[in-house]
Amino acid sequence: MKPILEAIDVRKAYANHVALDGVSLEIPEGSIFGLLGPNGAGKTSLIRIITQITGADEGEIRFRGERLNPSHIAQIGYLPEERGLYKKMKVGEQLLYLARLRGLSRADATARIKQWLARFDIKEWAGKNVEDLSKGMQQKVQFIATVLHDPKLIILDEPFSGFDPINANLIKDEILELRNQGATIIFSTHRMESVEEMCDNIALINRSRKVLDGPIEVIRNQFKTNTYEVEGRGKLILVHPDFEVVEQKERENGHFYARVQLHDGVRPNDLLRYLIGAVEVEAFREKIPSINEIFIRRVRETMPETLTETANALL
Amino acid sequence: MASKFFLIAQREYLTRVRKKAFIVLTLAVPLLLAGFGVFIAKIASSDNDTTDVVEVRDDSGLNVASHLVSTPQLRFEPAVGTLAEAKKGFQKAKHDGLLVLPAGLDVEKPAGVQFFGKGNISLKKQLTVETALNKAFSDLKMQKSGLSQEQLDRLRSKVDLQAISLDETGKEADSNALATSGTAYALALAIYLFIFIYGVQIMRGVGEEKSSRIMEVMLSSVKPFDLMMGKIVGIAAVGLTQFLLWGVLSFGVSSVLMPLLTGGDKPKTEVAAKPAPNAPEAASAAADEPQSAGAAFDKGMDKSAKNMNPVGRTSIFATLGNLPLGTILFGFIVYFLGGYLLYGALFGAVGAAVDDQTDTQQFMFPITMPLILSYIVGVSVILRNPDGPVAFWMSMIPFTSPIAMVIRLPFGVPMWQLALSITLLILGFIGTVWVAARIYRVGILMYGKKVTYRELGKWMFYKG
Repeated sequence: MKPILEAIDVRKAYANHVALDGVSLEIPEGSIFGLLGPNGAGKTSLIRIITQITGADEGEIRFRGERLNPSHIAQIGYLPEERGLYKKMKVGEQLLYLARLRGLSRADATARIKQWLARFDIKEWAGKNVEDLSKGMQQKVQFIATVLHDPKLIILDEPFSGFDPINANLIKDEILELRNQGATIIFSTHRMESVEEMCDNIALINRSRKVLDGPIEVIRNQFKTNTYEVEGRGKLILVHPDFEVVEQKERENGHFYARVQLHDGVRPNDLLRYLIGAVEVEAFREKIPSINEIFIRRVRETMPETLTETANALL
Repeated sequence: MASKFFLIAQREYLTRVRKKAFIVLTLAVPLLLAGFGVFIAKIASSDNDTTDVVEVRDDSGLNVASHLVSTPQLRFEPAVGTLAEAKKGFQKAKHDGLLVLPAGLDVEKPAGVQFFGKGNISLKKQLTVETALNKAFSDLKMQKSGLSQEQLDRLRSKVDLQAISLDETGKEADSNALATSGTAYALALAIYLFIFIYGVQIMRGVGEEKSSRIMEVMLSSVKPFDLMMGKIVGIAAVGLTQFLLWGVLSFGVSSVLMPLLTGGDKPKTEVAAKPAPNAPEAASAAADEPQSAGAAFDKGMDKSAKNMNPVGRTSIFATLGNLPLGTILFGFIVYFLGGYLLYGALFGAVGAAVDDQTDTQQFMFPITMPLILSYIVGVSVILRNPDGPVAFWMSMIPFTSPIAMVIRLPFGVPMWQLALSITLLILGFIGTVWVAARIYRVGILMYGKKVTYRELGKWMFYKG
């Protein structure tokens, strides 16, 4: 698919450190894109360049093939990590103000605010001051403010922080709905597990550099280690040239859990066949690496000296 | 982007104007001001309106009493009865004193004149009575030398000093130091207060935006410069609205209150002006004088009323009319806006640079210093010497010129100085807005860091 946004060799330095060091990305239109990495990796710096809060020192951002410029502001929605609204302003007025700053006409904005407030079932809040709302409510209002002007590209920085599980699910559904309607979504987060099941594509950023990017399935397959998880009953004693037990745990009542890696060319059925003869198999599945694991592996491969620091940041 | 700028200014304006505090303040201040004004006027007028009544017992046979001239502040009435009775009588009548002119008083060497008062006699009272007596005796002496009353009146002249200001071209204009200084002072105070009150509001507004963390949302929609200028202009509009309403309401309230509170005083002066109804002794004592004593008192009163009349007031108005009003108005608007924008941008930058309102102090000081300094020096030095070197230099430096120059304006400022000062102000304003915008741009997204001057300096040179 054609990219809605391209970053080409973007560099950004502050007084004391380099925030982005030659980062290039392509974000396909209509996808959910995960921009992942530990705190301080440079995600927010990149987002601030995309949202035109700051500019890149070198390199270029293209929005649908055009060099990024202020006319694109109306097509981008941004939910920053630092949530904030004018506390002493009424919800309705605030939404109207923010939407109009994004280029919506008063009439359009009013109609859409009504629609969105109804969608979240919070019509009665329109006349309330923001400071009188609970934190969760404010988050909803902020989300509406982000998507009100029907942006083609929605950037959500740490989207689920601060939401309780129920509201987080509600927001997740809305995000998927927006994607289905054709919007492109960028998730930026250091909590990779919170978004990995939603992302179509990801980019991993560490220490101001991109370390990995691509469609999430491709990456996962690429990082698969041909490892399988086995649960069952009996005494598992594996001594076989084709398999290697990576981890084994005894559980109560003679149950066990094991992770078994297959050597090259060995197929899962070979293991299964072997297991069936030895123990009572209750579960058998491929161990798919989490993004977190992939990230750590990737960092270990590319820049081993920074690993401890990065791992600490992730934990 | 102009429409975004307008939207921002509009929001800043509307949210402030609709606040309860704004409405309360806008209504309360004129009431307080008018109330205060009326109170002062009342005290001042009651101070002037009280008429000291002094009874006169004239045993001298020289008819001194008829030459004692009453003024609105001091009225002479003939005493009744014997000396002992008179001493008691003036106290009973709640009069302020008794003047006794003993028999055998020598016109050339008047000695033994006594003044009895209740309790301690104030110096002011004694002086006014002495002045009246001195005049009476000099009248008597002149009369003795053969002059008629009419000739006397003609001889005596009341001189009002008319001060005339002369400009370089030789054009004359009535000059009243009070009116000119008053105008200068009022203009300076208005600018000083406006910059202070609304400058601090800009700073607070930025601080609020920063602490509510809405900056990032805003900045993804608008340029920091638009955000800053929108706020400054919006708050300026709030201030103008408030000042205008204060002006209109103060005028309205005081024009309603003034007659209500001071109206009752008028008849009193009229009563006081009427001759004392029974003045038998004084009348008999004024035997060789064709006019009755009462009429004499009356005449003196009239005369003094005429002399006292609003000479002072007309000259104030005349001066106000002669002030370079066009220049003053033009200058006031230029310096008012220029000064506000210059300082407003700096206040905005301070709000952006700090996280915590309590940290503003260290940055506030260098900003408020020139402002306070120009006000203090302005009303002390410049007001007294509007063409001196201090006045000149302070009205050239953009940080002090908004106040220093408006103080000089009513006294007349050479055109080239005004033009130079305004040019410098505009340059200064562009300069501070540029500096402020750079600090603002970096500062608004900077959290949890105590900012130092060195760091602010670095921010100047950050790239967009």
